Amino acid sequence: MAGQVRKKVDTKQIDKIIKSYDKSEESLLAILQDFQRSFQYVPEEGMKRLSKYMGVPESKIYAMGTFYKALSLTPRGRHTCKVCMGTACHLKGAGQILETIERELKVKRNSTTEDQRFTVESVNCVGACAMAPVVVVDEDYSGHVRQSKVMDILDKYK
Amino acid sequence: MKAITSFEQLEGYREKIKASQKKDLPSVLICFGTGCQANGAVAVADAFQEEIVKKGLKVGVNIGLKTTGCHGYCENGPLVVLRPKDVLYLKVKPKDVPEIVEKSLQNDTIVERLIYKDVNTKETIAAYHEIPFYKYQKRIALRNIGNVDPKSIDDYILSDGYKGLAKALTMKPDDIIAEVEKSGLRGRGGGGFPAGTKWRSCRAVDSDVRYVMCNGDEGDPGAFMDRSIMEGDPHSVIEGMIIGGYAVGAKQGYIYVRDEYPLAVKNLQAALADARAFGFLGKSVLGTGFDFDIKISRGGGAFVCGESSALMRSLEGKVGEPRAKYIRSVEKGLYDKPSVLNNVETWGNIPVIMQNGAEWYASFGTKGSKGTKVFSLVGKVNNTGLVEVPMGITVRELVEKIGGGILGGKKFKAVQTGGPSGGCIPEAESDLPVDFDSLTAAGSMMGSGGIIVMDENTCMVDVAKYFIGFLVEESCGKCTPCRDGLPRMHKILSDITEGNGKEGDIATLEELCDVLTYAALCGLGSSAANPVHSTIRYFREEYEAHIRDKKCPAGVCKSLITYSIDASKCTGCTLCSKKCPQGCITGERKQAHVIDKSKCIKCGVCKDVCNFDAVRIE
Repeated sequence: MAGQVRKKVDTKQIDKIIKSYDKSEESLLAILQDFQRSFQYVPEEGMKRLSKYMGVPESKIYAMGTFYKALSLTPRGRHTCKVCMGTACHLKGAGQILETIERELKVKRNSTTEDQRFTVESVNCVGACAMAPVVVVDEDYSGHVRQSKVMDILDKYK
Repeated sequence: MKAITSFEQLEGYREKIKASQKKDLPSVLICFGTGCQANGAVAVADAFQEEIVKKGLKVGVNIGLKTTGCHGYCENGPLVVLRPKDVLYLKVKPKDVPEIVEKSLQNDTIVERLIYKDVNTKETIAAYHEIPFYKYQKRIALRNIGNVDPKSIDDYILSDGYKGLAKALTMKPDDIIAEVEKSGLRGRGGGGFPAGTKWRSCRAVDSDVRYVMCNGDEGDPGAFMDRSIMEGDPHSVIEGMIIGGYAVGAKQGYIYVRDEYPLAVKNLQAALADARAFGFLGKSVLGTGFDFDIKISRGGGAFVCGESSALMRSLEGKVGEPRAKYIRSVEKGLYDKPSVLNNVETWGNIPVIMQNGAEWYASFGTKGSKGTKVFSLVGKVNNTGLVEVPMGITVRELVEKIGGGILGGKKFKAVQTGGPSGGCIPEAESDLPVDFDSLTAAGSMMGSGGIIVMDENTCMVDVAKYFIGFLVEESCGKCTPCRDGLPRMHKILSDITEGNGKEGDIATLEELCDVLTYAALCGLGSSAANPVHSTIRYFREEYEAHIRDKKCPAGVCKSLITYSIDASKCTGCTLCSKKCPQGCITGERKQAHVIDKSKCIKCGVCKDVCNFDAVRIE
């Protein structure tokens, strides 16, 4: 699969995730999401094993992997920095905040820094509009973010 | 907990927990919504716990302490409410806690610096229900949020929870549907389809299996009421779905929740487990012989999955692509079985409609839009957050009375409603009543209830470009008008905002709008032109200024603006020159500074750091 970085993954962990669900197509998305949480991406080996277990073609699982935004087929950085691009955030200058992060971390949106420290993503509304503009690092929300202060937030994550 | 197997047992249990409650116990309610948690509510709750123990008092005996769902006024979090006194403290820090305990819990005084202060009148108000943000609200869908602990089923039962279900289970399914029809409840997710009619059509289809589903894939940017309900009052959604399941004849329900809402998933899962243990879910609900259960499914972060047919494909474990509109999901929905899909807020209204009756519910709202609606009032307005008001309130009342007017005393320009499928309504039209039909007639739509307020510094062409950009990303790519039409529109809008617009662009955009509206496969595509349509309709001159004069009147579009420093305001503090990433601001200390426009990348850092409002955009 193109673009897939080959990396050793824990196959035991993969099987553990798969077996914790019913053998039903309904569980496919949930399993892929658990892969994502566990490995920070969906490993090729995971898709292969899932395909075999469920008796579903690999191509179908690959299609899901590329369709859903929550799934990534390439490894991510240690931290995920999501800049909310919802309407309220957009009006309050989220674009400029994202540009600042891109400039300071020397990274383009929706990609990972060279040192694997951050994956920077623009996301469409995290549902915290009253605190716009919002930046979410891993699971931590920061509201009323100012362009001149955003790097102070990111500095806390090594 | 032993499962409750009869209505009498449920009432007995309710009386028992009511009796165990201490009357008029001074209590602290701490908002644990996502906003307040981000602002440090967890540390505040810990501080209360610690302080109460330190004073030799006991939680639940001398002082009540609980964490609740979102109060909606997220802007001012962490929020702390005192009962029975009805006092609201804003932006509470852990260091404020000892003073609150001593002054307001052990004694009867107010901590003045933590209460609400009106930005316009400078008046201070301590009472929760007297603050303009809450005063004009009528909370039905949000009735329990902020009052109950979402993790406690007892708390929900104390607030008359599962009473509506008990009543519904004594009724005939057809009578329940008739009641929902009579209430006039229309779908809160955007479409506004009458809920009762949907239920009746589903029940009428001959089938051995039926499903009910809850759409919690709240994707409209600028709306977060469903998140708040799922997080803050999960049992109301569950109770509504059980009633719906019984009415249409379904044994299985599904809740599809956005992946971005981890707290909602957590609270729903806990609530489902409790509801099962209490006998509200599972085999023979409340001993009536009706079997029903609910599964949670996490979405995968695809906006199109909020569209009903795409959501069902996603629930089945497939790629979430929509299908043609002529197949109705009440006939062939999930797994091709008759299905009812309603939004979170719709389900949350069902239990009280059952409990208080259709007439009571229909007494609120307008002729065509009954009841109340939750709006997320956000953007350039003083009081931002979630508000629930009767349908028919005007845009102006929302913005000025509840919202407290425009931020920083700027001019009110427009509101955007309905998310990416909606449109903009200009200030001149803001005496428009907010209900399903009036908004549609004005070229926008209700959508899920996002009301995004825009001021004079908002560029309407940029707003249109923003929404089309959003839809380009979220289009699933199945049908041509949406897949190819949207990028084409985005290109034209980008050209206009970059100063490359040409005569005829507006006409081309209007033509593309028509093609999308009439030829796209699903609701997402057919409404995708609304943001462009409505901004051209009301703000044509702003488009023309970009195209003809190469000017952005609101000062937003980068290619059409320049930054400079107002020498009369600049104090020469040097802050901007230190922060400028290009190093293109020069000047002596205590002398006016100058921006070298040839090197300026218009990043806006100087304007953000300037404390004297000396950076000008032209």
